[in-house]
Amino acid sequence: MNTPLIKFKDVTKSFGDRTVLERVNLEIYEGEVTTIIGLSGAGKSVLLKLIIGLLKPDEGTILLRGKPVSKMKKKEINAAFAQMSYMFQGNALFDSLTVYENIALPLLETTNLKKSEIDRRVMARIEQTELTDAVKKFPSELSGGMQKRAALARALITDPKIVLFDEPTTGQDPVRKNAILSMIAQYHRKFGFTAILVSHEIPDVYFISNRVLALYERTIVFQGTPEELEDFDHPFKDEVIHSLEALQKELTGLYSKRQFKVLNHAQMRRRAFGDTYCIAVFTLEDINSIIRYLGHDAVQEAIRRMGLYIDKHFGVIGGFSTRRNTNEIVTVLPYSDITEAENILKYFVKDFQGLEINDIWTGVRRRVAMAGPVEFTILAGIAQGQPIAEIDSVIDSAKSHQKEIWTATMRRRGEKI
Amino acid sequence: MVPAADNQTRSENETKWQLGMLLSRPFFSIGRAVIRWINILGAATVFLFLALVKVFRSKQLSKIVQQLYYIGARSTTIIMLVSVFTGMVLGLQSYHALVKFGAQGAVGTLVALSLIRELGPVLTAIMITARAGSAITAEIGIQRISEQIDALHTMRIDPLRHIISPRVTAAIISFPILTTVFDLIGMIGGYISGVMLLGLNSGVYFHSIQANVEMKDISDGLIKAIVFAVIVATVCCYQGYFAHMRRDSHGAQAVGLATTSAVVISCVLILVSDYVVTSLLI
Repeated sequence: MNTPLIKFKDVTKSFGDRTVLERVNLEIYEGEVTTIIGLSGAGKSVLLKLIIGLLKPDEGTILLRGKPVSKMKKKEINAAFAQMSYMFQGNALFDSLTVYENIALPLLETTNLKKSEIDRRVMARIEQTELTDAVKKFPSELSGGMQKRAALARALITDPKIVLFDEPTTGQDPVRKNAILSMIAQYHRKFGFTAILVSHEIPDVYFISNRVLALYERTIVFQGTPEELEDFDHPFKDEVIHSLEALQKELTGLYSKRQFKVLNHAQMRRRAFGDTYCIAVFTLEDINSIIRYLGHDAVQEAIRRMGLYIDKHFGVIGGFSTRRNTNEIVTVLPYSDITEAENILKYFVKDFQGLEINDIWTGVRRRVAMAGPVEFTILAGIAQGQPIAEIDSVIDSAKSHQKEIWTATMRRRGEKI
Repeated sequence: MVPAADNQTRSENETKWQLGMLLSRPFFSIGRAVIRWINILGAATVFLFLALVKVFRSKQLSKIVQQLYYIGARSTTIIMLVSVFTGMVLGLQSYHALVKFGAQGAVGTLVALSLIRELGPVLTAIMITARAGSAITAEIGIQRISEQIDALHTMRIDPLRHIISPRVTAAIISFPILTTVFDLIGMIGGYISGVMLLGLNSGVYFHSIQANVEMKDISDGLIKAIVFAVIVATVCCYQGYFAHMRRDSHGAQAVGLATTSAVVISCVLILVSDYVVTSLLI
């Protein structure tokens, strides 16, 4: 494996008598989205502050690209930290400056760019973060979500190579939370920075994370992919992940991926050999284009409403659903064969096109921020599986059979053409 | 078995030791307080030195002008109000004292010298501490507890250069100017009470000022103003900047206490340093 971008070797940090981090070992790799999860007060923010140099470890070594920070010259340290950016949990916006001034500040103070160039860059970020109406407003005049976006715009204004996000979704509604995570994922793809996140948004944060670090009882107890975390057997999982997942169900109405698998496994154990079940996969096509035209919020609202509707519709006949990806919802129909499932899907499509779609677009319309005609396409596919079959292969099969069930072109203000 | 005599000796030793501890406790406390104050003094000196060095970096002018407006221009009204009444009361008191000796012609001299040498610099410094100094501490303190200063660090913007340096510079420029304004308006106040209300001759009033006020009086007053500016700016900025490190409180309460401390310490140091500077200059 490559040399880690950031490596902690036996790092310990205490405040007075209280040890917050004890012999922490971790590795963060370049170009990846790494998420640090843990309970409140576990020391996640301290970890981020150690990475960006706001705090110094009491013991142990922090290595940047394999070189200990303690042995770097001041110039090297400055150059390394200049590539980093930090989005604070409380936003840390300057309350005496407007949104524009806040975002422009790093460029004004640390570069020699001309005013016109600064203006161009700032306005581009403002548009990307949907803050056009708030340019001249002060932070105290903004909602919590807008403040978060202003902080995000400021963190990204210098095109950093490493961005640290300290609970970027705190205090947001479920749609905004997913919108912010989706925004981070989109910018990560677009600008190629390394993202280090502290988040409680389980499982949504898994969709955008390459690696997860679990902080438990003052140390890192797990490092690996979200998939590997599912097989991780440790008290951390019961105390942290399960409690956060339970909260997630309340917010989105859908099961987490892990809960979905457990539920499916339990259902399958009750089935006799030869029984079948079906899986339906729903996908909102070309999500990035839709985000570009309507913004993250509107798309997340559409997906949320779509998920709730699918859950409601199939829940009546014993089905259960999960959000598998940012734009994908998977539903298990435990007591059906393929013909029955096709009929159920047909009724669903009929209902969906008739009544429920209006409900979804009403939500979208409320949140539309930008103009422009944009095409929405929803795909659905079903596949039949047997209890002995791996659920992932059945999902893949359903995906390969996906067909368009609804398409429409939306224009300005989310109205259908 | 331990012999009874040994027990008695041990008990006597313990009593002596406890007595010794009791007697030395005040010295421990004093020692600790002295060490703490020396630490703070050292830290504040380094803080001031770094702030002054960073004045000469690029992009500082606009920030200094902004602070000049805030500390200087916006304090003018209150300074004029205080100075006019200070001058009037000085004129009134000195007239009634001097008239007993038939020396009422010296009212102008007394008013002018009192203002230029002493009252001008001291009252100006105290008024600016109350108006701008407290606001500086509160503003910086809030920036500290809301992580705005940490945010500057993460953006590679030096907080000392961005926040402290312009304020210290603006204070050093504004204090002497406001002191001069105080002196002039104070003398007009003396004129109002002495000449307009008590009937002194206008020519005598101004002539006595012109004849007895020397350039050294003015320069001494301005030196005091600069010393006070350095003290007030350092104390107020330092208290706000390190509000999060207070042991007696946290958060908003720490900002409140830091503001109170800044005003109290500034006022005490103004009066202490006034004596020291006067004794050096006289």
